[in-house]
Amino acid sequence: MAELRLFGRSAAPGVAKGVVALLDAARRPRREAAGTQAEEALALQRALSQARAEVEALAGKATGEAADMLSFQVAMLSDEELVRPALEGVGAGESAVAAWETAMEVEIDGYRTAGDDHFSARTADLEDIRDRVLGHLEPGGVNPVIPDGSVVLAADLPISRFLAIDWAQGGAILLMQGSPTSHVAMLARARGVPMVVGLDGAADAMAGREALVDATTGEVVLDPTEATRAVFAAKADRDKTASAVSAAFRLRPAVTKDGTRIALNLNASSADELEGLDPAVCDGIGLVRTEMLFHGSGALPDEDAQYRAYRRIVAWADGRPVTIRTLDAGGDKPIQGMTVDGESNPFLGLRGIRLSLRHPALFQTQLRALARAAAHGDLRIMLPMVTVAAELEAGRKLLGEALASLARDSMAAARPKLGIMIEVPAAAIAIDEFDADFFSIGSNDLTQYVTAAGRDIGTVSDLADPLNPAVLRLIASVARHGRETGREVSLCGDAGGDPRVISALLRAGLRSLSVAPASIGAAKQAIAATDLRDAAP
Amino acid sequence: MNDHPTIEQATDCAELVNAVGLHARPSVKLTQLAKTFECRVEIALSADGPWVDAKSPVKVMRVKAPRGAVLHVRASGPGAGAAADALMALVRGGFSDQTNPPADLKHG
Repeated sequence: MAELRLFGRSAAPGVAKGVVALLDAARRPRREAAGTQAEEALALQRALSQARAEVEALAGKATGEAADMLSFQVAMLSDEELVRPALEGVGAGESAVAAWETAMEVEIDGYRTAGDDHFSARTADLEDIRDRVLGHLEPGGVNPVIPDGSVVLAADLPISRFLAIDWAQGGAILLMQGSPTSHVAMLARARGVPMVVGLDGAADAMAGREALVDATTGEVVLDPTEATRAVFAAKADRDKTASAVSAAFRLRPAVTKDGTRIALNLNASSADELEGLDPAVCDGIGLVRTEMLFHGSGALPDEDAQYRAYRRIVAWADGRPVTIRTLDAGGDKPIQGMTVDGESNPFLGLRGIRLSLRHPALFQTQLRALARAAAHGDLRIMLPMVTVAAELEAGRKLLGEALASLARDSMAAARPKLGIMIEVPAAAIAIDEFDADFFSIGSNDLTQYVTAAGRDIGTVSDLADPLNPAVLRLIASVARHGRETGREVSLCGDAGGDPRVISALLRAGLRSLSVAPASIGAAKQAIAATDLRDAAP
Repeated sequence: MNDHPTIEQATDCAELVNAVGLHARPSVKLTQLAKTFECRVEIALSADGPWVDAKSPVKVMRVKAPRGAVLHVRASGPGAGAAADALMALVRGGFSDQTNPPADLKHG
């Protein structure tokens, strides 16, 4: 068979090879009862308790949001009411499979049509429950055994399935749908499982074929030729060598060649992502994206869920500063039911702080959760997409109200430092207008707004260059203002972790960067190679 | 509250103030709390019902009670008053963890 190349989007970097295993094989349910009514009812009950035992075992190993989601599934599977309508169907002569499918379809429809995003988002959990039980009713039909080290192919991957696979044996994830911001993508990054989403191609035709996956570029090669194999083997070797070299730098402090100490912080989306990572590799958390919390289970999290998530990150940091960005939805990060669909240019639309100020109740919930978590460590709040000083002041006022309401409720809280992201050119140029406690440069958006070129538009992406002199001059001016007024200035875009850019950022006067956990070693290596003795601060 | 000579009964109501309403995690919490009482406990979105068993997560999720809805509780049997009080305290507190800190806070 000829080699076939497919392309998707990278959701977790890495290179892998293996045989493609199709996770959601087409179901061919029996429509007629295979046994007597009593036998069918028994089969259904048994499938249900097997499914419950499986999810319970997974829940026991999970933490954080994944644990919450799995305990919800356990509660549902433990409730006799879940199976009652299906048992009635069996009583009316239906097969266990048909009765269960019909009953669950009704249940799922109720969630889908609830007209409330929180509930419609739960359909994924109910579908997962449905399919898991069906898998036990039809052995080999829905829950095919995935051999270790497989390249798992699915439309989308429920977290419970991800957790059930032993990724230590290698393998990769290919999703026809999915998103790099999904919860499962975050878990894949944290566990080092290469993952590609939005893959084009016919899933059925791919099953059983050998695949090479370069999840860093999003490329998948089926039935590769010897030449392609050699290219991939070399790539995997290079990855391994490069990571061995930078791994040597991970635990050293970030210091330039001339001995200037640079604060190197981490970007993170949740405590799950930090699990297993030694906090000593960094000087703190420079950016916590909170969008994941609002995406993970597909629902808007309540104050306690947020508080627990923030508190876990603060606990992980063990006294180091943790900068948490308030919800930065909109632009390329839509959130169903909140962001505005069909804006002619979402990047210039209602996003970041603009959106939060339009949803004061939701914003208040987040500020209360943040102020509560601030009682447990050095937590700082950062507002995204600030354009004018009035937005910072509005945020400060709402934070004051959140603190006052917490005091009225006699809940432990502390007033966190309040800083802003510098990503809108208007804020970078008129930086002295903003009385913020600290500044953090969002280099991705700053670069694309200054160069009027989108990183995601292939034909102009080379113009969206953080090394453009206009971008570097703005960064230098913000860094100077920070030094002169005693305000911390950091940078938390992708440029901060890009070894080709780091030296220029330090020369522009930055002394604090925030990078993805996977880039720590390489960033420290690039910092160590930079000599600032010839640079004018 | 409304005491009966033979069967203890109680009714109460409270607004759902948490961000997501009676959603997955709050539903699980509510049913777990309801199950700690021996008496019959039911909830509804209106004082006229329809009433559903507050000990069944499947039934509670079917209510699809959003943020801002007023949740009614009706309990009958031993400890009915305490059950209604406890459930409404949970709702008024926004399903807060203040009184019952979860074990997973010790990061890991």
